[in-house]
Amino acid sequence: MTQLDLILQRNRRALARQISQLEDEPLEAREILRQLYPYTGRAYVIGLTGAPGTGKSTLVNALAKAYRALAKSIAIISVDPTSPFSGGAILGDRIRLNDLAGDPNIFMRSMATRGNLGGLARATADVVKLFDAAGFEVIIIETVGVGQAEVEIVSLAHSVVVVEAPGLGDEVQAIKAGLLEIADIFVVNKADREGVPRTVAALEMMLQANLNRAARVIQSANGLSHLLPSVEQNSIAPWQPPICQTIATTSTGIDTLLSALIAHQTYQQLHGLRHQRERHRLIYEMEQLLKEQLWTNFMSQVPPAQLHDLVTQVTTRQLDPYTAVERLTFRP
Amino acid sequence: MNDNQSKIKNKIRVLVAKPGLDGHDRGAKVVAQALRDGGMEVIYTGIRQTPDMIAEAALQEDVDVVGLSILSGAHLTLIPKIMARLQDNGLTDVLVVVGGIIPPEDIPILQQAGVSAVFGPGTSTQDIIKFIQDNVKQS
Repeated sequence: MTQLDLILQRNRRALARQISQLEDEPLEAREILRQLYPYTGRAYVIGLTGAPGTGKSTLVNALAKAYRALAKSIAIISVDPTSPFSGGAILGDRIRLNDLAGDPNIFMRSMATRGNLGGLARATADVVKLFDAAGFEVIIIETVGVGQAEVEIVSLAHSVVVVEAPGLGDEVQAIKAGLLEIADIFVVNKADREGVPRTVAALEMMLQANLNRAARVIQSANGLSHLLPSVEQNSIAPWQPPICQTIATTSTGIDTLLSALIAHQTYQQLHGLRHQRERHRLIYEMEQLLKEQLWTNFMSQVPPAQLHDLVTQVTTRQLDPYTAVERLTFRP
Repeated sequence: MNDNQSKIKNKIRVLVAKPGLDGHDRGAKVVAQALRDGGMEVIYTGIRQTPDMIAEAALQEDVDVVGLSILSGAHLTLIPKIMARLQDNGLTDVLVVVGGIIPPEDIPILQQAGVSAVFGPGTSTQDIIKFIQDNVKQS
């Protein structure tokens, strides 16, 4: 039996080994990704993000249980940070997953960022493809505990849930750009704590001011999308991100969150937005691959002696870095 | 970087788990942090893990090493069960190490069951890191 067959049959050992290859040997793993690609595009991908300590892991556990009650198969990817000093990592999200142990329709994998910024690991998108091809119906991605700028999850998830907890910031935090802009659904977790009305009010105020938001796509200044004809913007009522209050430790409010996710999924399907989002996501992915490829090609052609020479000249102020790079890229 | 480290191409992934019912997880946490500082990816599952949970986590996380911390005295019951579950999951080349309170006369029994090393109180974390780096089998 081939590795592809094993993956399509959801063999757990094969999936686990394949993820390691996606993480450790991205180039060698390209062949299996090529084979898997035709089987992808079926899973519903949910991203959970938010500051550290807001209860993301516990919420993932509660949400996974709720989807299991709907007889959906679930894959979970939890991302935790790699230490920039030692290269090691503590991946502690399984602690919260104990209730789900032994269920063959759940697969969970912890990933370390390994230096990737943006809240995910470099291989997270590939692992999503793997789970998707293996037939998991719902894929939940939990990002690292993020600040305000780690919004890579938008390019990967169909629905983004931003998790807040009461007492973490004032109203000004709520109107900053970044994390809060990417939410399709807000969760105010730990709703049994003090300060919930204040947090909810701050989010509501921000949402009111945000009524005319365009489709939330990461804008790269000179990206591939600029070369493509612009997609016609649907003149449909914009999605209003609901604010769900939950107490994840007791599964309180999880039904509301589940309803909100299903509503968002339906809204996207109804208006063809899922297709549109998929297209944006793939443009973004191709852009990343293209950059990687061009970089690799370029670096294989740079004579180290010339590079060394130019760096020396820049260091001694005989040459400015702009001219140096121009000389490096100019091939007569 | 010494010879041994340069031979290891991939990140070493270690599952640190506490099987059984004792809740004293300080030692496990200290070891987990030390392994992280040693450059390893540590999947920490916490206390009260059953043999099934440990074997399933080791499978899904594709770990190279399973580190078990037991202070309850139930090691002779729990560890052979865990080894059997790991076997069932096809994880035959995973390095299993044990830490905690293990009477010296029990160590050969655990080794017979497939445990590679037993680290008692007072073991330096550097020794644990070194042992793992020297003995891990990576495919």
